[in-house]
Amino acid sequence: MNAILNLLINGLSTGLLIFLLASGLTLIFGLMSVLNFAHGGFFVWGAFVWVWLFSATGNFFISVVGAIGIGMLIGFIFEKTLIRPVYGNHIRQLLVTLGGMLVLVELIRMIWGSNPIRAGLPVWLDGSIQLGGVVLIKYRLFVILVGLIIYGLIMLLLKKTKIGMIIRAGVDNREMVQALGINIKAVFSMVFILGAGIAALGGTLLAPYSGIIFADMGLQYAILAFIVVIIGGLGSVRGAALASIIVGLAGAFTAFYYPDLSLAVNMLLLIFVLLLRPKGLFGEKG
Amino acid sequence: MLKVDNLETYIEQFHILQGVTFEVRKGMITVLFGRNGAGKTTTLRTIMGYYPIANGTVRYNDEVLNNLPTHLIARKGIGYVPEDQGIFPSLTVGETLVLAQREKNKETEEKLTWMLELFPDLKKFWQKRSGLLSGGQKQMLAIARAFINSDGLLLIDEPSKGLSPLMVEKLMEAILQMKEKTTILLVEQNYFMASEIGDYFYIMDDGKIVHGGLMDELKEDAELSMKYLGVS
Repeated sequence: MNAILNLLINGLSTGLLIFLLASGLTLIFGLMSVLNFAHGGFFVWGAFVWVWLFSATGNFFISVVGAIGIGMLIGFIFEKTLIRPVYGNHIRQLLVTLGGMLVLVELIRMIWGSNPIRAGLPVWLDGSIQLGGVVLIKYRLFVILVGLIIYGLIMLLLKKTKIGMIIRAGVDNREMVQALGINIKAVFSMVFILGAGIAALGGTLLAPYSGIIFADMGLQYAILAFIVVIIGGLGSVRGAALASIIVGLAGAFTAFYYPDLSLAVNMLLLIFVLLLRPKGLFGEKG
Repeated sequence: MLKVDNLETYIEQFHILQGVTFEVRKGMITVLFGRNGAGKTTTLRTIMGYYPIANGTVRYNDEVLNNLPTHLIARKGIGYVPEDQGIFPSLTVGETLVLAQREKNKETEEKLTWMLELFPDLKKFWQKRSGLLSGGQKQMLAIARAFINSDGLLLIDEPSKGLSPLMVEKLMEAILQMKEKTTILLVEQNYFMASEIGDYFYIMDDGKIVHGGLMDELKEDAELSMKYLGVS
């Protein structure tokens, strides 16, 4: 029972970390059909900036806000300079964003060096709690809580605000949104920057979660994020959330019970879902 | 009100519009006829800024719209109902119509109220996701959305396409009523329906306007309507 509950917590926390990366990615793709392979770069920058600020200030929240701010700033510059000129051209998007990802990673190596860096944890989040005889790691519960709050806030934005309506309408039919007098490019810039900020938040949460950060870790998580975006359905935040949790749980349980399968399980899930529902779990776009 | 002069448009290497000239008069319904591939939809999409203008001018209330981005053209007051209706499937009917109100004021509220009177189904299915509506209801929603969003001119692309005769009749009645409040440029292949509600007509063929005039003249010219529209 103890093991199963801990696997559940591990799977959920990993899944929600992936969700923080995938939510921006799915909206960016759904809204403007932009394939952003550099999204993992915002994630890894979030992690490094958080570690740097946390070691300098010792304040968890200031470090998180700072890391999100830097992530959004990079997203802003990235969208203005690299993404705008390649709207509508997937091949160029692929090349430019992959190149951008390499630049973001190399910049991290230039600033913080090539060696992995240890990431600390604030005292109040360190340790574990006991629930009915089951030992649960505090930080993982915290990650789940933050992930769920962010999911709730994104859904609130999408469902209950006019800008959310515009984003959803844009995912459905961006040409028609423009015919209503709405500047879809401005909306997209906003979504891109917001997505970069959420990815950076994911990075800040990952740093203490894994304990060690390194420049290439963004790519590893970006692949998982792409898998969940496809499983969930392009443009669907709800789909990305569900798929992230499925991927997180599948990873945790297979790593424990069938370690040999743990590397293949995400691909198997992807194949299985696409065979049954080619548009993904909640996808409208093929 | 809308003057299109010698308009030329390319889509990739294809020269689709080859000097289109026509005029839409205020308070009138102008119908653009033509066979499939004549360039009717391309004309509307070029006016809306979806395709760049290679040559010629589009003037709306004496203001040149050439190569403005679509959202700025729409903000001039031009509403657009595309051929495929351009529905937002994940939005409810209510959300779609609220989104259509660029500014929430007395005028747009009145427009919304009037549209709900004209199309009671939209009120009935206010909470329903637009993607789940029937074809006719989607067309009503697309027209209502464009009307609420616009301020003076509506471009409607083949509203009768794929609809039952009863629904077409309903829509035509609604468009006739809307004429009291807005100017309409209607693209249609259904001659019998459009000739009943149109004031002026233009016929397009191979990317050019080949005829134009009062609708009553077209109705009387059997040879012309047979030659270009296949009706007698």
